[in-house]
Amino acid sequence: MATTFAAAIRDGLATALAVDDDVICFGLGTDDPKGVFGTTLDLHKQFGSDRVFDMPTSEAAMTGFAIGAALNGMRPVMTHQRLDFALLSLDQLVNNAAKWRFMFGGKRGVPITIRMIIGRGWGQGPTHSQSLQSWFAHIPGLKVVMPTTAEDAKGLLLGAIFDDDPVIFLEHRWLHNMKGEVPAGDVRSPLGKARIVRQGDAVTIVAMSYMTVEALHAVDHLATQGIACDLIDLRSIRPLDWPAVIASVQKTGRLLALDSGHLTGGVAGEIVARVATDHFASLKSAPQRLAAPDVPEATSPALTKNYHVRAEHIAEAVGRMLGREVEIASLVAQRTFPHDVPGTWFSGPF
Amino acid sequence: MNPETSRRLLFDMLRIRSVEETIAARYGEQKMRCPTHLSVGQEAVSAAAGAVLRPTDLAVSGHRAHAHYLAKGGSLKAMIAEIYGKVTGCARGKGGSMHLVDESVGFMGSTAIVGGTVPVGVGLSYPMKLNQTGQISCVFLGDAVPETGVFFESVNFAVVKQLPVLFLCENNGYSVYSPLSVRQPPGRKLYELVAGFGLKTHHGDGNDARAVYAALSEGVAAIRAGEGPRFYEFETYRWREHCGPMYDNDLGYRTMAEFEAWKLRDPVPALQRALITEAIVTAADVADMQAEIDAEIEEAFAFAESSPFPPPEDAFTDVYASAAG
Ligand SMILES: Cc1ncc(C[n+]2csc(CCOP(=O)(O)OP(=O)(O)O)c2C)c(N)n1
Repeated sequence: MATTFAAAIRDGLATALAVDDDVICFGLGTDDPKGVFGTTLDLHKQFGSDRVFDMPTSEAAMTGFAIGAALNGMRPVMTHQRLDFALLSLDQLVNNAAKWRFMFGGKRGVPITIRMIIGRGWGQGPTHSQSLQSWFAHIPGLKVVMPTTAEDAKGLLLGAIFDDDPVIFLEHRWLHNMKGEVPAGDVRSPLGKARIVRQGDAVTIVAMSYMTVEALHAVDHLATQGIACDLIDLRSIRPLDWPAVIASVQKTGRLLALDSGHLTGGVAGEIVARVATDHFASLKSAPQRLAAPDVPEATSPALTKNYHVRAEHIAEAVGRMLGREVEIASLVAQRTFPHDVPGTWFSGPF
Repeated sequence: MNPETSRRLLFDMLRIRSVEETIAARYGEQKMRCPTHLSVGQEAVSAAAGAVLRPTDLAVSGHRAHAHYLAKGGSLKAMIAEIYGKVTGCARGKGGSMHLVDESVGFMGSTAIVGGTVPVGVGLSYPMKLNQTGQISCVFLGDAVPETGVFFESVNFAVVKQLPVLFLCENNGYSVYSPLSVRQPPGRKLYELVAGFGLKTHHGDGNDARAVYAALSEGVAAIRAGEGPRFYEFETYRWREHCGPMYDNDLGYRTMAEFEAWKLRDPVPALQRALITEAIVTAADVADMQAEIDAEIEEAFAFAESSPFPPPEDAFTDVYASAAG
């Protein structure tokens, strides 16, 4: 039966809480009537308020609390309704969680999972929309996971919770209502394995999270024009599945790296750099990247119209790389709802 | 309190209420495309603060700032246009409802991260102290803010340096759907907690505009006189949902009985009744006020609707002082 991405997260949390008494789950609003967009709904009723609980607006302290609880045997899952709120806890994540195993000579690790939701659209604006995966991926000792499908949301969340290192688990708000088949039970996916979404020999497109959805529209549209692309959904930003990326580039000779974060210092730049420095001979053309521009996201809908990378931009980029015209008008025409919402189901305010 | 101030309080409360209710009524038109946090029910504190603070005083706030912005003298037209995402908005459409600013009246900015502007408000006060300007800095905050580290770090430094800061807390009992009981231990009073840092604190009824005004008048005079920072906590209640235009009592995070009890203590008609009884205003005066307010609101929404959106290239401006970067 198809379930939503949000329900799959909830399923993953329930599974983890059921199979391991050391799993605890907390964050602002975890046990409230909305349950963090439905992802934690009523879990406290099933597992008790010692294991599933709300917290004060004390992001830094509660992250350190999670680290301490993990050092003493638990597997905490902490949730932030927006990634932006987690920025208050960067010191704990970077100086403690990421370093603990290393700085104490491997004595103990910090098996925490920090969920952060990335907002966008409907005026989320400069402080509710940031896609900062590259910040976290920059820190040795942290792992960074970004699922796209409902199935991966559950599998990778379970993989993250039972991973023995700190994992930053990034969920895009625009994926929460997307449906997919989700297997039952304790289905842990290993971290660090990309998924090949579409196969082709023209261009390798590397995507993550919601960018994979836009890329999929582009790739399927290009296929109708005789252009077959490899589409790789990274699923995990650190560790990153370099073998999958490189094998594909060796096949296609062309790389287009997509990023939901800003261009400068982003994950797409890292992918381009690695491929260009280590596999230059595989490339038939200069590698390309598409990312959010180096400006904050404004609130006005008039200023977000051209802010995000969309399917048509990806299709155009592929056309440019191949030196041929591609038709995109019919792709743009398929969209039946405003640019700042993920679908007709969304009418604000969040 | 002089009659003029009483009338001003009533006018400002009626105005804030009507603005927020109009936003709620029109939000469904899908033209205000940003999160909005309304303060219907909480008008008394804002109105009193607006009457006590001088235009030259500075203020900062958080996500629920419409009332603070208006009370401090912010332009209604610019605020509604901002919520509509128009170029005529107070932040040229960049910020939306959660990021209001009007430096011309000392409203230095509201931001959306809980606690984010508290140290900024303390910083604003430092030049005031050094230059003995006689101004004060007002930090509007909710009851979730004294859960953040940065709040205590900021209060501490304001006390160390004896800075002219008014920490003004509207305690509405909830942080989104989380009651105080899951965020503070039983029996804890925020004003008592904060007093431990060595500053005077005060606690009062946030639905009694004149009592809030009296308390703040005394406190602000003391801060202005160089007595250092103060913390004021006023208990009040948010009627509508945390974010958005609806009522959300069906969710069950608060009881209907609690909601109804607070509604009976609606601060706006309470002041109106009192002022009529005391013959400070007549029913006709109130009707005139309301008519003036309604006309202003209609004009502000018309202004927002007819204003242009920012040009697309504006998405890339204002990141740095000059084009480089
Ligand atoms: C650091 C941070 N954490 C979480 C949030 C999400 N959030 C937005 S408003 C809010 C509630 C704040 O409650 P309170 O200070 O009492 O103000 P109120 O909304 O009741 O006016 C929360 C938790 C945030 N904006 N910033």
